[in-house]
Amino acid sequence: MKILVPIKRVVDYNVKVRVRRDGTGVETAGVKMSMNPFDEIAVEEALRLREKGAADDIVVVSVGVPQAADTLRTALAMGADRAILVQSEESPEPLAVAKILKTLVEREKPDLVILGKQAIDDDMNATGQMLAGLLDWPQATFASRVEKTDDGLTVTREVDGGSETLSLTLPAIVTADLRLNEPRYASLPNIMKAKKKPLDTIAAADLGIDLTRRLTMLSMAEPPTRKAGVKLGSVAELVEKLRNEAKVI
Amino acid sequence: MTALVLLDAEDGTIPQTSRSAIAAAATLGEIDVLVTGGPDTIQAAAASAAKLPGIRKVRTAAGEAFAHGLAEPLAALIVALAPEYDHILAAATAIGKSALPRAAARLDVQIIPDVMDIKDAETFVRPIFAGNALVTLRSSDAKKLLTIRTASFDPVPAEGGNAPIEAVTPPSSAEKSRFLSAEHSSTERPQLEAARVIVSGGRGMQSAEGFKILEPLADKLGAAIGASRVAVDAGFVPNDYQVGQTGKIVAPDLYIACGISGAIQHLAGMKDSKVIVAINKDEDAPIFQVADYGLVGDLFQIVPALTAALE
Repeated sequence: MKILVPIKRVVDYNVKVRVRRDGTGVETAGVKMSMNPFDEIAVEEALRLREKGAADDIVVVSVGVPQAADTLRTALAMGADRAILVQSEESPEPLAVAKILKTLVEREKPDLVILGKQAIDDDMNATGQMLAGLLDWPQATFASRVEKTDDGLTVTREVDGGSETLSLTLPAIVTADLRLNEPRYASLPNIMKAKKKPLDTIAAADLGIDLTRRLTMLSMAEPPTRKAGVKLGSVAELVEKLRNEAKVI
Repeated sequence: MTALVLLDAEDGTIPQTSRSAIAAAATLGEIDVLVTGGPDTIQAAAASAAKLPGIRKVRTAAGEAFAHGLAEPLAALIVALAPEYDHILAAATAIGKSALPRAAARLDVQIIPDVMDIKDAETFVRPIFAGNALVTLRSSDAKKLLTIRTASFDPVPAEGGNAPIEAVTPPSSAEKSRFLSAEHSSTERPQLEAARVIVSGGRGMQSAEGFKILEPLADKLGAAIGASRVAVDAGFVPNDYQVGQTGKIVAPDLYIACGISGAIQHLAGMKDSKVIVAINKDEDAPIFQVADYGLVGDLFQIVPALTAALE
């Protein structure tokens, strides 16, 4: 089975982002960038499927600025076989990314595409579902367990109020949730090896896909802040405040 | 203008989350609702939907394919109905978040997820970076597909209307995914998104065993139980307890955070609560910066004392 794993370079999850004063975006100068954490989980799941003998070829792909090549190298160091960078000036919207990925799927012919459920920058939670829609493939979002069966996949998903298990035919799209696995760290020898693995670069503009944004950002602002309240001395005082001041119990 | 709101009515009832999505659609013109489900639940669901106030008509699609909210048949149905609508909305629940982007791609529309404010028919506000920034976006798509951050909209009442019901014939499509089974967490307590009071635990609960001291307090308050991502990752409680940007977004009247430091990703999920209480042994924990009332100390003493004080 061949697996394609799309990954995104995002502001590291430990960075507290700040909105620029002019409201045109967030401060990114000098900010640490990393692989989207949900995408790391997607890469890890592909590697585990290969280790179980269910997959033999893992291709990682990223759509974005030239520096996204570093993120692809990280995935290669984790163990992916090959990487493709679709270079664009900015990060396109999920619909455009899904169209780019559809073109790559038609070229690479994977049996399975595993994506992170959402990127932690725009929090769109859409690319996997949109790619599944464009390809008319089955989808299983928010996966917490993936198993290869004789004729497809069994996927357990995180849903409201519990979990559910689906069976999918292949080819299929899976999006990874937090508890699917714990991604490995790349070892130093593997980081060295990753430098020799193939990484092809394609210009997004050469794919003939319209990348025009459908959503125009009119403004960006920090959310209204809550005022800190008071620290109380005792449980009795808390109960009194909740009853008589806040009137919520 | 006309909007279609997809309701999560698979169990035969209309949840509060779907009623919030209807409230969001109120400024977008006339509203039809779409109710789907298996043959044995559809009638009850349609009857409940017909009672919702302000609805032009209830459209229903029944069949085994719709019994479990699978994204493929739902998206195909939405695509088939789309020509009649300017806006298509659903609550940002597991079903809405799975089916609407899929349908949007088929319609060549960029989905707008987690909408928290509707400025006008084409201008929407949504959170990014785990709620650290809010963006106002204008969509140039002819049709708009939105999922609604339900904590941002007060739900419409469950009753008051009398809308006509009309069955639609879903497009036929090959079965691509199949429902096998579901494991539901305990349903004795209110659902997180609908609870008036939430008692939530974090790393400070120390273990799955430690987490259990929240149960008597939740029982006393009729509260739902939530958790921070750290508590979920540590295996204290299942993932569907998670409150935060990667979990559920809630806005109860009272949120009691126990042993939760207040990571930004958690705050993104609960800072719209009316009253926040923080119980933490670290007096510098960021949770105190958003809490209305704070108690610094050992939660293993404070929580039982609070439970007892509510007698």
